[in-house]
Amino acid sequence: MGPRSLRYSLFNLVSQTFAGNRGWTPAWRKPAPKPAYDVVIVGGGGHGLATAYYLAKQHGISNVAVVEKGYLGSGNVGRNTTIVRSNYLLPENIAFYERSLKLWEGLAQELNFNTMVSQRGVINVYHSDPQRNAYVRRGNAMRLSGADAELLSRDQVRELLPFADFDNARFPIRGALMQRRGGTVRHDAVAWGYARAADAQGVDIIENCEVTGISIEQGRVRGVQTTRGFIGAGKLGLAVAGNSSHVAALAGLRLPIESHVIQAFVSEGLKPLIDNVVTFGAGHFYVSQSDKGGLVFGGDLDGYNSYAQRGNLPVVEDVAEGACALFPNLARLRILRNWGGIIDMTMDGSPIIDKTGIGGLYFNGGWCYGGFKATPASGASFAHLIAKDEPDALIRPFRLDRFARGAILDEKGMGAQPNLH
Amino acid sequence: MRIKCPYCGERDAAEFTYLGAADLVRPDAAAKDAASAFYEYVYIRDNPAGPHAELWYHAGGCRSWLRVVRDTRTHAIASAELVKRDGTG
Repeated sequence: MGPRSLRYSLFNLVSQTFAGNRGWTPAWRKPAPKPAYDVVIVGGGGHGLATAYYLAKQHGISNVAVVEKGYLGSGNVGRNTTIVRSNYLLPENIAFYERSLKLWEGLAQELNFNTMVSQRGVINVYHSDPQRNAYVRRGNAMRLSGADAELLSRDQVRELLPFADFDNARFPIRGALMQRRGGTVRHDAVAWGYARAADAQGVDIIENCEVTGISIEQGRVRGVQTTRGFIGAGKLGLAVAGNSSHVAALAGLRLPIESHVIQAFVSEGLKPLIDNVVTFGAGHFYVSQSDKGGLVFGGDLDGYNSYAQRGNLPVVEDVAEGACALFPNLARLRILRNWGGIIDMTMDGSPIIDKTGIGGLYFNGGWCYGGFKATPASGASFAHLIAKDEPDALIRPFRLDRFARGAILDEKGMGAQPNLH
Repeated sequence: MRIKCPYCGERDAAEFTYLGAADLVRPDAAAKDAASAFYEYVYIRDNPAGPHAELWYHAGGCRSWLRVVRDTRTHAIASAELVKRDGTG
């Protein structure tokens, strides 16, 4: 076993400065897979790494491997728009995402890694009386479930966003719902921080190792075939949102999920302009500004099944229209990069964390738009599920059988149509 | 992405609305296993990474329903034809 990563502290920074910075060690090892582990997690994204970390930290199970088909952070954990919030409507969702937000608040200390948690506030502007009513309802639901929410008047919004188009003829801004504790987190640092902290607990992180088969004997999981050979597993956790359907199919499972592409954009760098996370209420557009100065923004799904990690131009146009309707001063902004990520869209728009019908096989997926912000709570709850073989109270509503039971969690009331959630 | 509509020719995907997987057959509501059959019909999808038969509605054109076979890894469209009267391909 190689050396553990040196703790990041003022003392080590100073002493390494005098030692010529020769004592720093890699943030995580690159071990070859062992023949077998107590637990194997498929998917080295945020959720898989967080699960491994909490398995070791909270449950004392450190004989764990995380297998990742690409390099660490190459999937959705590095493709999202970094927003964290808990401004949902259904109590089950608020409680879960609020736990996540609380874990985000202490994450940098927990992991000894600067995850750049920035609670800059999430502002959802509204444009009409009915929309105000809907946001009042949502804000009250949030406060009843222990999250923070605040209704802003038009003048309060004007103080925060003086350059927005308040007198737009079609969509005048009347006010906003704000969650001040929401904000952004540096997504790569989340992957790296969990990886480093899990590695320090003895977890093996095995990159460039794609799972090609799942061995099941007498209704119980035995291990996985991978591009780096067979790895035995006492328990197996799938955390491969985006690719859940075809990884679960290796175990013969069929899921209430469609894979969809969602696009994101980064503009050229600007001086500080947008201090918060802002969403447009009359179309689908949301934006924040990164520390480098680029505006990070996005909008709707493309709306059709896709594994392509790239989208099409109609959505680019739609997002740009939303941007200009809310902030006309962005009209001449140049886009630097745009990309797509593949997300599991479930039939009710809410996630799934559950046991499966196969012994020792656990499923975590269906994150829709909520994957990144859910990372810490998902990891903590999934680790609990794997360690104790029973769900904690927060994920009991996210069972796989809720569709058959009719206990769906449809935040927007859209029905079984994944591209509308 | 462009879809070659049998009536209108090759048109931008923005003119179309996506429904989802084609070839789902509505179960018999009177059958003994109707509850589980409807569960599969409404919620469960194959969601393949590869060729996918799916339904698109040409809302901005001829207003026909099309059965399109499209590769979900590349968005390349292999075929687009009118949906038959019984709703299947």
